[in-house]
Amino acid sequence: MDARRESEPTPMKNRTTVERKSERELVVTRTFNGPARLVFEAWTKPELFRRWWSPKSMGMSLRSCEMDVRVGGKYRLEFEPDAMAFFGTYLEVTPHSRLVWTNEEGGEGGPVTTVTFEEKGGKTLLVMHELYSSKEALDAAGTGAADAMVETFAQLDELLLTLGASVGRS
Amino acid sequence: MVQYIWTGFDASFAALSDATRRGVLEQLGRADASITDLAEKFHMTLTGMKKHVGVLEQAGLVTTEKVGRVRTCRLGLRRLEEEAAWIRRYRQLWDARFDGLDEVVEELKRKEKVDGRKKRE
Repeated sequence: MDARRESEPTPMKNRTTVERKSERELVVTRTFNGPARLVFEAWTKPELFRRWWSPKSMGMSLRSCEMDVRVGGKYRLEFEPDAMAFFGTYLEVTPHSRLVWTNEEGGEGGPVTTVTFEEKGGKTLLVMHELYSSKEALDAAGTGAADAMVETFAQLDELLLTLGASVGRS
Repeated sequence: MVQYIWTGFDASFAALSDATRRGVLEQLGRADASITDLAEKFHMTLTGMKKHVGVLEQAGLVTTEKVGRVRTCRLGLRRLEEEAAWIRRYRQLWDARFDGLDEVVEELKRKEKVDGRKKRE
């Protein structure tokens, strides 16, 4: 069993959970089959980060990705084709265990994102926590995030339609 | 529209934070009931029950309809379903991202192995 699993090109897929902890908090968790230092690296090196942050399957594509990963450093992500930008400041950078950043695209009082990496037996439990400063901030930031999502899903819908149409034709 | 979904989150959380209101939802899940029925069931005054139903109604969890003198309450899950759908879509996005992250981590692992071998040589 173990030998078979090792020979497979992709490891067993772990489950992503999303939980609305309260009206101000959203928590996403996922385990990765690798040590924390590598998962952390994939979150902090722009050339690695951009490879997974904008999944093609979701119709997303990053135009640019700048990250100055240190306390007080800035990041800026721009999506294609409409150059929708997400930007903010790193508040905490603890190698291999913790990242905290602000989300400033919605103006002041945007949510603060905390990502923790906890290694256990060669695997890493990742917990992403988004905390909104107030109900008003949540409404404002939520609109932006959800708008982006709606747009993304509209793109996906289009893609699926195209795929469906081409399947229908053949 | 999107704003409405998020506002709905707040209202639903507030509505579900009360044991009586959760009980009312459970009750209405079994059968529609009048406010009088619900007040009796939960040993409350009509005014008290009206308030609870009002909160549930505002959160979009319950709908009421007045026929003659009787106001009938039933489950109105529309908003809750929308919220569940939002969470599902959000999870889909992160699931897709994390599949990509899996690949990156696998690649880094392989690279580390090769580099480690090189160092030992």
